[in-house]
Amino acid sequence: MSEPLLRVRGLRKQYGPRVVLRSIDLDVSEHQVVCLIGGSGSGKSTLLRCVDMLDVVDDGTIHLAGIELTDPRLDTDAARKRIGIVFQAYNLFPHLSVLDNITLAPRRVHGVPRKQAEETARELLARFGLADKAREHPDRLSGGQQQRAAIARALATEPDLLLFDEITSALDPELVGEVLDVVADLKRRGLTILMATHEMDFARQVADQVCFLENGVIVEQGTAEQVFTAPREQATRRFLSRVLDLPGRDGTVVV
Amino acid sequence: MDFTKTRAPHGAAGTAPADDAYRPSEREVERRRFRRARKRRHTWISAVCTLLFLVAVAAGALSSPGWERVDSLFLDGTELREAFPDLLHGFWLNIRMFVIAEVLILLLGLLTALVRVTRAPGLQPLRLAATLYVDVFRGIPTLLLVFLVGFGLPALQLQGTPSEPWVLGVIALVLSYGAYVGEVLRAGLNSVHPSQRSAARALGLSERQTLRHVVLPQAVRNVVPPLLNDFIALQKDTALVAVLGPLEALRQAQIKADYDFNYTPYLGAALLFIAVTIPLTRFADRLQRRAAQRTWAEAGR
Repeated sequence: MSEPLLRVRGLRKQYGPRVVLRSIDLDVSEHQVVCLIGGSGSGKSTLLRCVDMLDVVDDGTIHLAGIELTDPRLDTDAARKRIGIVFQAYNLFPHLSVLDNITLAPRRVHGVPRKQAEETARELLARFGLADKAREHPDRLSGGQQQRAAIARALATEPDLLLFDEITSALDPELVGEVLDVVADLKRRGLTILMATHEMDFARQVADQVCFLENGVIVEQGTAEQVFTAPREQATRRFLSRVLDLPGRDGTVVV
Repeated sequence: MDFTKTRAPHGAAGTAPADDAYRPSEREVERRRFRRARKRRHTWISAVCTLLFLVAVAAGALSSPGWERVDSLFLDGTELREAFPDLLHGFWLNIRMFVIAEVLILLLGLLTALVRVTRAPGLQPLRLAATLYVDVFRGIPTLLLVFLVGFGLPALQLQGTPSEPWVLGVIALVLSYGAYVGEVLRAGLNSVHPSQRSAARALGLSERQTLRHVVLPQAVRNVVPPLLNDFIALQKDTALVAVLGPLEALRQAQIKADYDFNYTPYLGAALLFIAVTIPLTRFADRLQRRAAQRTWAEAGR
């Protein structure tokens, strides 16, 4: 494989004296799904926010398709057109209908004519089982429906890279499946996705690469198979045994 | 891959069993009967209490030693009828001042609020000016401002300064209320959750587009009730312009009252103001209730 789509080198981020990310190296190649796993406060969300330039990094570089995102001279608005992000709390715009939520960026940022933007939006909604919700406002939708609408909104601008920040964490357990279905579908269509997640089963089945973060460091990364079935690091084993709720006193994961 | 195993059943509403056979139980029927009776009893009690209260107040007023004087000085029917056409004519000017001032206040308030929340370095002088404006004009009593503008502005003898007293009054009201409304709108802009800004910026919207399409609409929606309260206050404060002399309702009442040595015209003017402010207040209440419900609905997600 040639140059990765996303390349992170030596990334450091701190809030005041608290170092949230230290020396992060990460590659995401095209058409890959990379899952970030790790406990709360391990730095997964911060890493995604840095990649989307919502937070300013304190050291290191991030390149997207050869363009340095960490350059302060960069036109962030232009660079952001290539990245789509979905948040844990959906963050749909409550004053706009679902359709207007999705067409806002294509129309205002990319100058797509209204009719064409709405056509694309309706196709996306239909694909995600929300065809009848186009005219509803977000507060009339269930959490799972809102999150699928938020994914549709992120996809509407046809970004090169998708960032998913624990998109199922705010959902009731029975609604998690419908959102993960959508993500699995995106992978089949060849999108490039970097996602923070607590859904271990899902990460295991969908991810090409899994990175385990702890205290702002990537402790271990490898294929999903390797990280889940034969973790090299003690910390990874400890984490997995905790979240997978398997006994195993020595920390090994029985699979 | 099977992520569908936990999928929620959709369209459950269509499969609910028919409910035709339902009859309320005897206990429920009895409960409903009791509730109806209790409601009837409460209605009676509240009606009787209100009536007693009104009678007591009326008796207190009527038995006071000065009642006869008050009755003839404030509640003179003929006086009211005579004064009413002039009062109404004057009140029409109040309404016009109110509407014109309201439009200008919204524009000025929006401008100050926007200037104060943006961070563009080139706008720094404007930002300082807006902050100074709000600080100064919120601190000056509106009546004082009416005097200052009404008598001070013409005294400058600048070219093109309006000399119509009611126009000067409107300028004073706009300056005073613009500062308040600017602060209300600024609070509204700050009340929109930062995640909304993040989401908009992440979609590639520029700072300005984010403000225009995402933050501002939500901000305005959040502050409609307090804005309406300010406008109800403004509607009353149009009477302050009376000190400059234009023939609005209060001034008309004053003229008539001084002429006849009878205060009833003041009461007439008060009734006119109430006739407008009460519906406005009810309307504001309703909006506030609806906004509260919406906030709860969003928080309860």
